[in-house]
Amino acid sequence: MAAEGQQHPLKIYFVIWGLLFVFSAASYFTDFLPHNAFRQGLILLFMILKAGFIVAIFMHMAWERRALIYAILGPPIVLLVLIGLMAVEGDYTELKRLDFFSKPIVPTRQDAGHEAEAAH
Amino acid sequence: MAQEAVSAGDAQQAGWETIVTDWSSDKQTFRVPWGKAMMWIFLLSDTFIFTCFLTGYMNVRMSTTVPWPNPSEVFGLDVFGVSVPLLLIGIMTFDLITSSGTMALAVNFGYRRDRGRTAALMFLTAGFGALFVGMQAFEWTELILKWGIRPWGNPLGASQFGACFFMITGFHGLHVSAGVVYLSIVAMKVLRGDYEKKGYEIVEIAGLYWHFVDLVWVFIFAVFYLW
Repeated sequence: MAAEGQQHPLKIYFVIWGLLFVFSAASYFTDFLPHNAFRQGLILLFMILKAGFIVAIFMHMAWERRALIYAILGPPIVLLVLIGLMAVEGDYTELKRLDFFSKPIVPTRQDAGHEAEAAH
Repeated sequence: MAQEAVSAGDAQQAGWETIVTDWSSDKQTFRVPWGKAMMWIFLLSDTFIFTCFLTGYMNVRMSTTVPWPNPSEVFGLDVFGVSVPLLLIGIMTFDLITSSGTMALAVNFGYRRDRGRTAALMFLTAGFGALFVGMQAFEWTELILKWGIRPWGNPLGASQFGACFFMITGFHGLHVSAGVVYLSIVAMKVLRGDYEKKGYEIVEIAGLYWHFVDLVWVFIFAVFYLW
């Protein structure tokens, strides 16, 4: 089928187009919700639904052979590892900064003592 | 070459067996026009670039101890004196979704060899793309002049906001601009009848690029503007 080109009935494009409009509107309206885990869950849900329909139907991935599908959609999985690592790193950096900024700028007696020792 | 006869035993294979057969045999792996396979591989590399940008943004936003500027306020629009949150970005999102739909239709009419409609829909798609870039130019102007956002700092909060914003949306806008040029060139060649012999896979390949630009915007909209 791929050799003759991707030819599908027009109806499916109109249905998906409509769905993308609905999901876009829905994700826009999440902006009126309070900032919490529910809102973030909805944002991610609509994001994944929209991305999935674009790749599967508009980019015809649903009708490609598996060799191509896995070669293209497989590698991005490693990006999830990067995202996970950077999330942990970001958390750690924030904690370190909060710890550092919460310390008094004026040196304590202990710090001053160390400086005096270093001067010797 | 892409039309190379599918071996007789292929019909009985299913699932993983087709993958092993395709990768292990001494012939081409992807049974699609080579331009399409190459476009997909290019888009895969682009996925890595955009993910690196967005991951970098996630990292600096998580690690800053200063409050992040509120996107729904910064990107709002005043409509007859009423401030509607994030309106400009909403319009840009619908603009890109619309252009994705017209592009999908162009691919379909291309394979039907309906040159007039294919070219018209591609020009329409490029037009929506140009409109998007125009709105982005307006958005950048507002941010720079009205809100005083700079890549190294801003009066609203975390200074990393500007760097992330200009880098991510700038790179995406560059992709949209390149797409407008690419689509216009292909549309002109379609209209001229350059692909009558070669076939109209090129419209689908250009379409892949365009849908990818829309796809990236889906992620930017969700994690940068809405989060």
